[in-house]
Amino acid sequence: MTETLPGAAVPNPLDETAINAAVDQAVAAIAGASTLDELKAVRLAHTGEKSPLSLANRGIGSLPKDLKAAAGKLMGSSRGRVNKALADRTAELEAENDARILVEETVDVTAAPRRRRAGARHPLSTLQDRVADIFVGMGWEIAEGPEVESEWFNFDALNFKPDHPAREMQDTFFVEPPEAHLLMRTHTSPVQVRSMLERELPIYVLCPGKVFRTDELDATHTPVFHQFEGLAIDKKLSMADLRGTLEHFARQMFGDEAQIRLRPNYFPFTEPSAELDIFHPGAKGGPRWIEWGGCGMVNPNVLRAAGIDPDIYSGFAFGMGIERTLMFRNEVGDMRDMIEGDVRFSEHFGMEI
Amino acid sequence: MRIPLSWLREFAQIPAGATAEDVMTDLVKVGFEEEAVHRPTDALRGPVVVGQVLSLVKEPQSNGKTINWCQVRVVPEGQEQTLTGKGIDPSGVQGIVCGAHNFVEGDKVVVTLPGAVLPGDFQISARKTYGHMSAGMIASVRELGIGEDHDGILVLSRIGLDPEIGTDAMELLGLYDQAAEINVTPDRGYAFSIRGVAREYAHATGTVFTDPASKVTAPAVLSGGYGVKINDDAPIYGKPGCDRFVARTVRGVDATRPTPPWMSSRLRLAGIRSISLPVDISNYVMLELGQPLHFYDQDKLSGDIVVRRAVTGEKLTTLDGKERALDAEDLLITDASGPIGVAGVMGGASTEVTDATTAVLIEAAHFEEVSIARSRRRHKLPSEASKRFERGVDWQIANIAAQRAVDFLVELAGGTADESGTDVGTAPDPVTIALPGEFPAARIGIDFTEEQIVTSLEDLGAVLEKTDAGWTVTAPSWRNDLETKEDLSEEVARLVGYDQIPATLPVAPPGRGLTRVQQQRRRLVQALADAGLTEVLAYPFVSKAANEAFGVAEEGAPRTAVKLANPISEEQGYLRTSVLPGLLEVAKRNHSRGFRDLAVFEAGMVFLPGDTLGTPSIPPLGVKPTDEVLDALYDGVPDQPLHVAAVLTGHDSPAAAGHAPRLWDWADALDIARLAGDVLGVELVVTQGRHQAFHPGRAAQLSLRSGEVVGYAGELHPKLLAAHDMPARSVALELNADALFEAAADVVVARHISTFPVATQDVALVVPQDVPADDVLAALREGAGELLEDVALFDVYAGKGIEDGKKSLAFGLRFRATDRTLTADEASEAREHAVATAAERFGAVQR
Repeated sequence: MTETLPGAAVPNPLDETAINAAVDQAVAAIAGASTLDELKAVRLAHTGEKSPLSLANRGIGSLPKDLKAAAGKLMGSSRGRVNKALADRTAELEAENDARILVEETVDVTAAPRRRRAGARHPLSTLQDRVADIFVGMGWEIAEGPEVESEWFNFDALNFKPDHPAREMQDTFFVEPPEAHLLMRTHTSPVQVRSMLERELPIYVLCPGKVFRTDELDATHTPVFHQFEGLAIDKKLSMADLRGTLEHFARQMFGDEAQIRLRPNYFPFTEPSAELDIFHPGAKGGPRWIEWGGCGMVNPNVLRAAGIDPDIYSGFAFGMGIERTLMFRNEVGDMRDMIEGDVRFSEHFGMEI
Repeated sequence: MRIPLSWLREFAQIPAGATAEDVMTDLVKVGFEEEAVHRPTDALRGPVVVGQVLSLVKEPQSNGKTINWCQVRVVPEGQEQTLTGKGIDPSGVQGIVCGAHNFVEGDKVVVTLPGAVLPGDFQISARKTYGHMSAGMIASVRELGIGEDHDGILVLSRIGLDPEIGTDAMELLGLYDQAAEINVTPDRGYAFSIRGVAREYAHATGTVFTDPASKVTAPAVLSGGYGVKINDDAPIYGKPGCDRFVARTVRGVDATRPTPPWMSSRLRLAGIRSISLPVDISNYVMLELGQPLHFYDQDKLSGDIVVRRAVTGEKLTTLDGKERALDAEDLLITDASGPIGVAGVMGGASTEVTDATTAVLIEAAHFEEVSIARSRRRHKLPSEASKRFERGVDWQIANIAAQRAVDFLVELAGGTADESGTDVGTAPDPVTIALPGEFPAARIGIDFTEEQIVTSLEDLGAVLEKTDAGWTVTAPSWRNDLETKEDLSEEVARLVGYDQIPATLPVAPPGRGLTRVQQQRRRLVQALADAGLTEVLAYPFVSKAANEAFGVAEEGAPRTAVKLANPISEEQGYLRTSVLPGLLEVAKRNHSRGFRDLAVFEAGMVFLPGDTLGTPSIPPLGVKPTDEVLDALYDGVPDQPLHVAAVLTGHDSPAAAGHAPRLWDWADALDIARLAGDVLGVELVVTQGRHQAFHPGRAAQLSLRSGEVVGYAGELHPKLLAAHDMPARSVALELNADALFEAAADVVVARHISTFPVATQDVALVVPQDVPADDVLAALREGAGELLEDVALFDVYAGKGIEDGKKSLAFGLRFRATDRTLTADEASEAREHAVATAAERFGAVQR
C-alpha cells in the first residue's frame, strides 16, 4: 500500500485550483472505493501524512504570515470536504458489509434440531384436571381419599347389603387377611361418604380418582381405571337438579349441542337411580347415544350412615369413567393404549386433550 | 334374561311385526338394558319342510361307509310342488343321500331343500355325491342349530309329532320365534320371569297385561299331601330360611315322553337346554312365573321332608354328581335318609327324577335371600334357581306355580294329580309404605298429578289407601325391592318417564377452589412434563421382590406391604411401596418397542401399612357409627402417600443434524428431583446416599431441612438394571410428594433487593477427596456471614499439582451489602472468614 500518490506534485496551499483538483481527486477515489479495505488505502493516499493535501497543509507553516490565514481557510475547508466524503463512504460500506455478513450467515431453518425434549401429560390425568376445573368453576370442591379403603366406606355406608348380589357384581380386590375388612375401592363413592362425615352442609363435591375391579386387561376392560363422581347434599334437591347439573357439565365438556338422557337403573346408593347417556354428534361411525355413567338421588340410608337427616336434606350423585370418556371423546380404540405407558400415546397428546 | 317374543305375546300385546330390537327399545324406557338378540332365522333360511321317507336303499361304499339313497316325499301325494328352483323336483319327491342310520322307511323327517341356508352359512344345493344327484339334506337337530345331538337325523315321531308332509318345519319347530335379551338389575328379582317382563312391557307401551298367574286355577287350600316340616333353628338376621313350602304329587307320569317343540323351542330361545320332559316343565314354569321348582322322585323319598339347617359334618351328593361338605349355615331339604338338597340352590342325586320315575313330588318353596346367596357362594353353585331366590321370589306364587307344573305333568306326561297337597309356612306381613302426597314431586322435580301417582302405582300391582297426608301403599308381593317412599317415587318417575324430568341447575355455595395440596400436585406434575418428561400411569400391583428391592433403602430390611387376597396374578400379588417398579416396567416396555431415549414419570399413591390393618368388624349400614368406631375405621386404613418418581434412560434429546444429544446421567436425576423441590418452594438437602436399588457411589439422598428423608436420586444399580434388561447407566428418582407439599411454606416472605454494587471473589480450596462439595459450600456460606449474597461451585479438579487423595474445589463468592457499597477490604475480610470456617471444618487449604 502506498502512502503517496505516485507522481503527484505537492500543491501550493494558496493555489485554490490545484487544491480543489486534489480534493476532487480524493473525493472521486473515495467514491470509487468498493470495500472497506480499498477505502482504507484511499484514505491513506489522500489524507495520509504524505498525501498531497497533508503536504500542502504542512506547507502553510512556511508561508509568509499574512498569507497563512487564507491558506489555512482554504486547506481547512478542503480537508473537511475530504473527511466528510470519507466518513460518508465509510458508513455506506460498513452498512453494506454488515448486511452482507448477515446474508452470509443464513441457515436452513428447516434443518433445525430439537434440542429439548417435549414432555407430555397422560391424557387421563389432563382430562381429570379439565373435569375438576369445570366443577370448581361451578363452586364445587374437589374431594379425595385413599385407594385402599375400609369395606364399610366402600359398601355398607353406601347401602350395599352384606349378602346382596349387587355387592358381588363389583368384582372387588380384597386385602389379606379378609377379616381386616379392607379392599381396593371399587368406585370413588367412599370419598363421598368421607366428605359427608367430614364436611359442613351443604356439600357440593367432585371426587375423582383411581378405582379397581378384578377384570383382566383387554381392549375394553382394565383392573385399574379412573372415575369422577359428584355429590350434592342440600335442602330440597330433586332429580331435576341432577339433570340440570349433568346437562351443564355435558355442555362444558362437549359443546352447547350436547344432550343427555336418563334411563331407569339400579344402584344401592341411589333411589331413584338412572343410567346416563350422552348424545355424541361427532361419534365415530355417526351420531349416537353413548352410555356415560350412572346417577341418582342419594339413598336415605346413605345419608343416615353419615349422620345426615334425610327428612331435612336430600342429595344427588353421579359417576362417570374417565377412560370411557376419553375413549369416545378422543376416539381411543383400545383400553391397553391408556394403560401400557407407551410414550407415543401420551406424547401424541402433549399437554392437551 | 332372554324373552322369547311368542311367550311375551301370550301375556302382553305386541305389534304384529315387532322384532326383538323393537321390544328391547321399549323395555329400555322402564330400566332394562339391551344385551342381545337371539333369532334363529338370522342363520337359518328355508325351504325347510317336513318330508316322508318313501324308500331307503343301503349302499355300501368302498371307504367302508354305508350310505342311504332315499326317496323323500316333500309334497302331499296328489298335490303339486309349488316351489321352484334348481334342484327342486316338480314331482314332489326328492332323491337324497343320507349318511345317518337312525331312521326307516315311512319316518317323517326334516328336509332342507336346495336353496336353504343352515347355520354356519351352509348352502344347500343339489350336488352329485356317491354316484347320485342328492337334492337336499335330511337334517339333524345340530344342523338346524336347535340342539347338540349329531348322532342321527331328527325323526319327528320321536318328539311326538306327526305333521302333514310339506309342512314348513321351521314353523313347526318354532324357528321363526326370536328372543330379546335384557339385563336385569339385581334389585328386580321379579323380572327374571316372563310374568315380570310382560308387566313391564305393558308399563313401557301402555298395552294390556294379562297376569299368567290368573290363567292357572289352583286350589285355595291344600291339605293331606306329603309331610313337610319347616324347622329352621338358626335364621340369618332373624329371618326364617324358608317361610313357605308347597308340595304336590303327580303319579303315573311317563318321564320319557318327548317335550313338545313349542316348549323346547321357547326354552332354547330363553337359553335353557331341553333335558327331559319333567326337567323342561320345571324350567318352563320357573321362566314363566319366576318360581323355581324342584321335582323329586317321590318313590325315592323316605319319611317326611324337613327343611332345616345343616349339621356340621353332613355331606350331600348334588345333582351334578359332586359330594359337598355342608356348612352349619346351609339350609337343607332333608328326609329320613338325611340331606336331599341344598334349599334353593341344587337338589341331591339320590332323589332325582329319572326316566323310570312315575311319581313326581313337586316342590314350590319360598326361601330367604341371604341364606340362598351364602350357600350358593359357599358351594360355588350358581343356578337359575339360586339367581331368583337371592333376588327375591313372590311368596304368593308358589301354589300357582306348583299347579302349573301339575297341569303340564298331567297334560304332557300322562300323569294323574293327587287331590291332596301340602302348603306349609307363614305369609310375611305385607309391606306398607306411607307416601306423603307431595313427596314424589319434591324428589323427582316433576309436578305429578294425583292421578299419575295413583295410576302408576296401581299399574305396578300396589294397593293404595288415601290418608290425610297422602297414601298408604301396600307393595305387591313380587316387589321385595319396594320398601320406602323413595322407592315408590322412582316407580312413579319410571312409569311417567324419566324423559319428563326437567333440568334446573342448583347453585353451590361459594367454593374455595382447589386446595393447596391439589394445586401443589398439579404444579409438580405439570413442571415435570414441562421439563420434558412423559407422564405414564402404571398399575400398583407388584411382586414381593419388587417391594423389597425398591421400597426400602437397606438391603434385606423387612418391608411390610399390603397383600391382595385375590390378585389378578399371584406373582404381582402386592401393592406397591414404591412407584419405581411399575415405572421401570413401563420403561422396559418402551425400550423393547424401540424407544431408547426415555424420560418417564408417574405421580401415584404407594401403600404403607402400619401396625393396625383394618378392623375386625364393620358397623351396620344405614346408621352413623360412633366416633370411636369411625376412628378405628380411619386408623385401619393404611397410609397412602403420593410419591413421584421418574426413570431416565438413553439420551436427553433426539439426535439431529448439528446436535449431539447427551446421555442422561446421575446428575439429571438429581436435577429433576431438585426441580420438583424448586417448583414447590422446598429446598432439598442433598447428601451422599445409599439405597439398594441405586449405584452405591452414585446416589443422592434427599432430605428436608428438618432432616426427614424424602427420597433418592441417582444411577440405578447396575445389577438391577441388568436383571430388568435395561440399559446400563439408566437413572431414576423417587420423592415423597406429600412430604414436599407439607414442607412448603404457607407464605413466602419477600427478600430486600439491594441495588449496591456487587463484589465478587473466587476461592480455590484443596480438601480430602471424600469431603462433599456441598458441605464445603455450606461452611463457606456460614463463615462468610451476611454480606455473602451467593456462592457457587464452579470447578472441581484433581490431578497434577494436587496431592493424591485430595481435590481442589473452586467457588465464586458474591458479596453485597444492603446499605452501602462494600470496600475491597470488607469483601476480602468476609472471604477470609469463609475460608477459615472451611479450613477449620475440613482442613481446607487455599490454593
